Amino acid sequence: MARPSAPPLLALSGVFKRFGAVEALRDVELEIHAGEVIALVGDNGAGKSTLVKVIAGVEPADLGTLEWRGRPVHIGRPHDAQHLGIATVYQDLSLCDNLDVVGNLFLGREITRIGVLDEVEMERRTRDLLATLSIRIPDVRRPVAALSGGQRQTVAISRALLGEPRLVMLDEPTAALGIEQTAQVLDLVERLRERGLGVLLISHNLGDVKAVADYVAVLRLGRNNGFFDVTTTSQEQIVSSITGASDNAVTRRATREGEL
Amino acid sequence: MSVPGGIGGPTAHGAERFADAFGRKLGGGALGSVPVVLGLLVIWLTFQILNPHFLSPRNLSNLSVDIVGTGMIAVGVIFVLLIGEIDLSVGSVSGLASALFAVLSVNYGMPEPPAIVLAALCGTAVGFVHGFFTAVVGVPAFVVTLAGLLGWYGLMLAIMGAYGTINLDDQGLVAQLTNFYFSNVAAAYALAALGTAAYFLTAWRDVTRRRAAGVPFRSPAEIFLRTGLLAVIAFAAAYVLNQFQGLPLALLIFLVVLVILDYVLRRTAYGRMIFALGGGVEAARRAGVNVAWVRISAFMMSSTMAAIGGLFLASRINSVSQTSVSTDLLMNAIAAAVIGGTSLFGGRGSTWSALLGVLVIQSIASGVALMDIQTAVQFMITGGVLLLAVVVDTLSRRAQWGTRPGLVFRRDHSH
Repeated sequence: MARPSAPPLLALSGVFKRFGAVEALRDVELEIHAGEVIALVGDNGAGKSTLVKVIAGVEPADLGTLEWRGRPVHIGRPHDAQHLGIATVYQDLSLCDNLDVVGNLFLGREITRIGVLDEVEMERRTRDLLATLSIRIPDVRRPVAALSGGQRQTVAISRALLGEPRLVMLDEPTAALGIEQTAQVLDLVERLRERGLGVLLISHNLGDVKAVADYVAVLRLGRNNGFFDVTTTSQEQIVSSITGASDNAVTRRATREGEL
Repeated sequence: MSVPGGIGGPTAHGAERFADAFGRKLGGGALGSVPVVLGLLVIWLTFQILNPHFLSPRNLSNLSVDIVGTGMIAVGVIFVLLIGEIDLSVGSVSGLASALFAVLSVNYGMPEPPAIVLAALCGTAVGFVHGFFTAVVGVPAFVVTLAGLLGWYGLMLAIMGAYGTINLDDQGLVAQLTNFYFSNVAAAYALAALGTAAYFLTAWRDVTRRRAAGVPFRSPAEIFLRTGLLAVIAFAAAYVLNQFQGLPLALLIFLVVLVILDYVLRRTAYGRMIFALGGGVEAARRAGVNVAWVRISAFMMSSTMAAIGGLFLASRINSVSQTSVSTDLLMNAIAAAVIGGTSLFGGRGSTWSALLGVLVIQSIASGVALMDIQTAVQFMITGGVLLLAVVVDTLSRRAQWGTRPGLVFRRDHSH
């Protein structure tokens, strides 16, 4: 798969981020194009979440250039990122259990008529949005507490899409989900790509990565440690990039069991 | 590549389906007021069998006025419960406000209207203090309002000072709050008709708009049924009230307050924020809700309503004394909110639970008084009912969680 020649949606280069004595990101670069799913992988503490927070404006970078659609930009706070069209869905679901799907989607940006909530219009837009994403929720008026984990995650992602972003970052969207629920979420990720959005998918699960990502960006100890085309790269190669050596616990284990 | 979404497949047995639907309703809070309405009917029938005067127009009319003071306080408590906090100071604050009113109007000769406003604003200010320490400083509301319970009671004693009891002007505005009745029979019926018509028109307009927008709407049959039920209750109440002295002003004010605050909670962005806080503070914050401000406002609401409730309670006995803060007022107000169906865990409830809950509590008090048994029994019955209500609340919460096994572990992943 050849990468498109148009300027990337988002290009990072030379990004540094330090927390006290810890250098969380060192000279990191990353490019995300529209209509691409980039998986961001790495071991615990590799800097994945920090990178997401840099892009989302939660923890701005100390050093480095960010280019948005070819133009240099500064992302200093979450509002800047949202304004550019970057939406983030964090690992722990950001939903209110007691509110229904409509209430959650529009929380903080309710549609009102003369100061009164316009429930009908909000429900109509919710149905439209869920329908275009082929998300099936039995009843959008049920509290989200009554939904399955996968449905909740799709609601959280749809919520991010209401602002019509161009880039969506998903932080471990399938953690804590069952097999079928994971499939629902991965289906949704594919639909985001079909709609021409850029997707940055943070995941521990290489199975998920192989299933939906186009490219894999590996972080190791805060540095770039490889960028692979998923279709031509084996899982072992990715694993060795993550762990930093071809001789590691994972491959040794695999050799012992003679499976890989 | 689509994946089936629902939980139970079509193969589920009928009984399982029913249990599932029941659990969903319990979980969604759709059962809402059904248990407490049934409970109220049981209480009324029991006392009526024990004492034929219980359901007499005179007793019911008195009941409808007796509920207002505690009911007003309970409405305020509901705001705090909805955001998942607690306010233990409402009894003291209601005493403080009525003492302030009495001293200002009787001892300092201030006209009643500004004295009423000052008393209510005193409640608002107290609520701001509670909210500030809870939302900004971060002290648990339990402790802040416990300090308030003691502190504001002390302030009330200080204000009352040497006056043991202050008798209010029995022609004054506050005295009229619970003493005035619209004796013209047309008033109660007009209110019943107006309420029913307003309900029907609102529901009908909603259906029309939903149909036009292409989203699901209630069937007309359901709306007619609900309106009919409301009409029966409203006109029966009007009939009973007219058998005694007519429509009490206090009840009218209480109902108007309930309708307005219900509207604020369910139909405004502010109300949505209140519910959001009860369902997930972090989610609300990420959605851009000003969490601190909403918290403070809920405490202000609670203390303001406590102050207003205090004025109604003072009106009922036409005086304010150092013993105005009875120990069970606080417990009754919170119990009323919870018995009526507002969750102690936050995020679920409605202003109408104040009406239903306080009806239950006052009915027990009234029935026990009619039968001339000791108040000891009243406390025990009320305690039992409260426990039952909290059990229902807890079970419905568990049912909600039970449909989603993953949730329990949701917050446990390390980043």
